[in-house]
Amino acid sequence: MVRIHTTVTDIGALDGLASQDTWVHYLDPRAKIAATAMFLATVVSFPKYEIAEMMPLFLYPAALSAVGQVPAKLLFRYLLLASPFAVLVGVFNPLLDREVVVHWGSWAVTGGWLSFFSILIRFALTVSAALVLLACTGYVSVCAALDRFGAPRLLTMQFLMLYRFIFILSDEASRMVRAHGLRSEGGRKPTLGVWGSLAGHLLLRAYDRGLRVHRAMLARGFDGTLHPPHGFQWRWADSFFLAGCGLFLVLVRFGHVAEWIGTWVLRVSG
Amino acid sequence: MSHHIVEVRGLEYVYPDGTPALRGVSFRIEHGESVGIVGANGAGKSTLLLHMNGCLLAKNGTVRIGDFPVTQETLPQIRRSVGTVFQDPNDQLFMPTVTEDVAFGPRNMRLPPDDVEQRVRRSLEAVNAIHLRPRPPYRLSGGEKRSAAIATALSMSPDILVMDEPTSGLDPQARRKLMDLLGRFKHTKIIASHDLDMILRLCPRTIVLHQGSVIVDGPTASLLADRELLARSGLDLPLSLQGCPVCGKTAGMLPRNDG
Repeated sequence: MVRIHTTVTDIGALDGLASQDTWVHYLDPRAKIAATAMFLATVVSFPKYEIAEMMPLFLYPAALSAVGQVPAKLLFRYLLLASPFAVLVGVFNPLLDREVVVHWGSWAVTGGWLSFFSILIRFALTVSAALVLLACTGYVSVCAALDRFGAPRLLTMQFLMLYRFIFILSDEASRMVRAHGLRSEGGRKPTLGVWGSLAGHLLLRAYDRGLRVHRAMLARGFDGTLHPPHGFQWRWADSFFLAGCGLFLVLVRFGHVAEWIGTWVLRVSG
Repeated sequence: MSHHIVEVRGLEYVYPDGTPALRGVSFRIEHGESVGIVGANGAGKSTLLLHMNGCLLAKNGTVRIGDFPVTQETLPQIRRSVGTVFQDPNDQLFMPTVTEDVAFGPRNMRLPPDDVEQRVRRSLEAVNAIHLRPRPPYRLSGGEKRSAAIATALSMSPDILVMDEPTSGLDPQARRKLMDLLGRFKHTKIIASHDLDMILRLCPRTIVLHQGSVIVDGPTASLLADRELLARSGLDLPLSLQGCPVCGKTAGMLPRNDG
């Protein structure tokens, strides 16, 4: 439980990076969301066996995190945290698809292994892009921009409230489990019945807490409209950013950037 | 300056489970007054405060803030006039950083970014917490959280400050600093608390609630020295008016009219 609480607190740390002062942070949230959406679309558009062609896409999250001063260590930690889900999705591919599709030297690689690695790479690309977006924009701004894009208000509000509830819920849960641990003989794990009671109490407490947070929001004039920290101001920089990202993605998708980079590296290394 | 006046008439409230919380509460608070609301647990203090910012709306009786009755239609004006500091600062601080939290109210008022920035700076300076600007609220100490929570209310430039147990959970030094701070504010202040010493120091007038009714409304110095009245209300004398357990002498602390 302590680990869950620490992880949830780390999510807050990532969001805290959104208040930094770099030019990426000052870009209009809509430009960053549009660029991320184009990026995700490009990632999923690659055929499942084209691993090498996807590799230059790593330049996008790497460049943004470097300019936006997002610590790589933090990104890796989140990627590791979420990686079991990606592994679970693709772990059976090598068993299902055993046809050899490529030879790397003397090693015959089956389609299953290639698609498995492809899933892992797509996972790393999409999750890191989303994390960089969050760290350079902030959760509230992302929700506000989605609202501006015409996403249903109910949905954006749910996103916002969900974010608040993660902290509230983990806080309450860690306190309850600690209280149980202190009164259980030898630190025994709760029985199924006790878990049920804990979960029920957790729900009721979180509901009460949520109600109080909502009251505090209302008391400060919240009317359901989200206002991002830097406002919505589309500047030339946003247009250039979006156009630059678009150009890069088109080049990677339809050009042969991986091949160019490979040729260039071979030439430079003699 | 009628917008600083708080008038409650015949206010009643019953919780959804049928428990009566307020029974015909009436009082009037004038511009610039500092009023303490005291009473035992369950006396109705927090419920009363929730009616003052429209979190609860009166079904029986009326609540007026200045020229406006507190109704669904007047809520935007009411919430600009009344700044609320809730009992638990964790409920009040919900944004990623202190700056964002303090800016939340002004942004909801749709102020231009420069004005928002100015209000954030001024509010945090008022509570001596400008250094907390970039910090995430969940990493602050209890005293810092309380200061930030007060700044979130101040940033909306309220005429009236409503505070629920502002000194609860604070260490003695943080409590003293907070009292000094509140003493400097010129707002109309309504403070619900069990901390009778703080009420004695900050509020010249006190309203005593008992089981949802006002049992007495008058000068703090005499009410909080009335042991029999306090006992009837489930309270006890402020520590500063209790005799020393060794020699029996009282500290002789008189209320300071800081408000």
